[in-house]
Amino acid sequence: MSSAEDTTGRDDKQPLADDARVDLDVVFEESQIQEVFDQLDHDLIGLTPVKTRIREIAALLLVDHVRRQFNLASDTPTLHMCFTGNPGTGKTTVAERMAQILHKLNYVREGHLVSVTRDDLVGQYIGHTAPKTKEVIKRAMGGVLFIDEAYYLYRPENERDYGQESIEILLQVMENNRDDLVVIMAGYKDRMDRFFESNPGFRSRIAHHIDFPDYSPDELGSISQLMLADENYQFSDEAKTAFDEYIERRMQQPHFANARSIRNALDRMRLRQAKRLFEARGSVTRRDLTTLEAADVRASRVFVEPLNSDA
Amino acid sequence: MRLTQGTFSFLPDLTDEQIKKQVKYCLDNGWAVNLEYTDDPHPRNTYWEMYGQPMFDLKDPAGLMMDLEECRKTFPNHYIRLTAFDSTHQWETPRLSFIVNRPPEEPGFQVTRQEWEGRKIRYTIHSYATDKPESQRY
Repeated sequence: MSSAEDTTGRDDKQPLADDARVDLDVVFEESQIQEVFDQLDHDLIGLTPVKTRIREIAALLLVDHVRRQFNLASDTPTLHMCFTGNPGTGKTTVAERMAQILHKLNYVREGHLVSVTRDDLVGQYIGHTAPKTKEVIKRAMGGVLFIDEAYYLYRPENERDYGQESIEILLQVMENNRDDLVVIMAGYKDRMDRFFESNPGFRSRIAHHIDFPDYSPDELGSISQLMLADENYQFSDEAKTAFDEYIERRMQQPHFANARSIRNALDRMRLRQAKRLFEARGSVTRRDLTTLEAADVRASRVFVEPLNSDA
Repeated sequence: MRLTQGTFSFLPDLTDEQIKKQVKYCLDNGWAVNLEYTDDPHPRNTYWEMYGQPMFDLKDPAGLMMDLEECRKTFPNHYIRLTAFDSTHQWETPRLSFIVNRPPEEPGFQVTRQEWEGRKIRYTIHSYATDKPESQRY
């Protein structure tokens, strides 16, 4: 089977004989899904429950694909998802990946991600919401609609809030156009739970509730390495030790946002490195330009004001 | 009399599957699609009513099909056409346009002859449907 044929995943072809054999290894190879998994393992540190679920979904879709070859009828599985987790645990990043993965698996036709928040869905005047929401839905068809902080859609304190209208349209589309788009909602766990309590329709229409765990200090260390490598930076050995210490301390402090805090910290360290190089004048080497020194790390407020600052 | 306007109009009406493929072709070319309807089928009537807004940024025909379904439900007895607009600089014009819905009964056109000076005759066509007021035509 050529890969071109393989992409016609939903077309009905001549069914295979009852005693035919399909090599799952071959199907797996052809779907090129291993590449995606490898990429996922490389780019996303930790997040075991998330990766497990992605593997399960991938397996289900592949098996479904083979089942169809035997003409075994089954409904298209619903793949609407809900990502919950603390800030900076990689919800948006995974959503973007999910669009690619589902595209590779022939579940969505185009594999693009339309990322929206309440503002994009809910209008300001009566009659403004429905066209706005529909427009977004139309754009997302064939791909993934990612609704960040979905709980803002529902404002119980304001009875005349138009969010409800948007929710109703979404629910309808999630049910009727299952083949056309996948809706992924994301948000903090407790608020998402409350949102679902007041909108039970959503909970039952979303098949996959995936919880994103917080990162461990080691994982945050690896993430920082990855981020630096992407930007062509590296830690010196002392800086690495200092940064591990930084992570430990930062995690104790309030408003810690996992990978996002790490990214911000690295950005500030780059600032300090630039300032240090600039003030030293003289000539610089490639190594100077790419290396963050312990001093750049240690200058952080985190080391000065323990446990009470918002660094 | 079957109205023949736009592309494909001498072919049998396109099925939804075929419409989808045409839309896909339009979207792959980066054209924006939109739906228009009218109950005045005169060929010189170029101003049809637009249904909803033109759909820029669409990636997949499913979005348009959803609207088309709604439009057909609202105007089952109107002509509906799909137009693909190319916004590329210096094109800025519809590139493809075809009818996607037509009333079950199409009364057709009448040829009117007007005697003119010197035994000249002027011809004009007149749609039977437009004898009735708007919204009662089909």
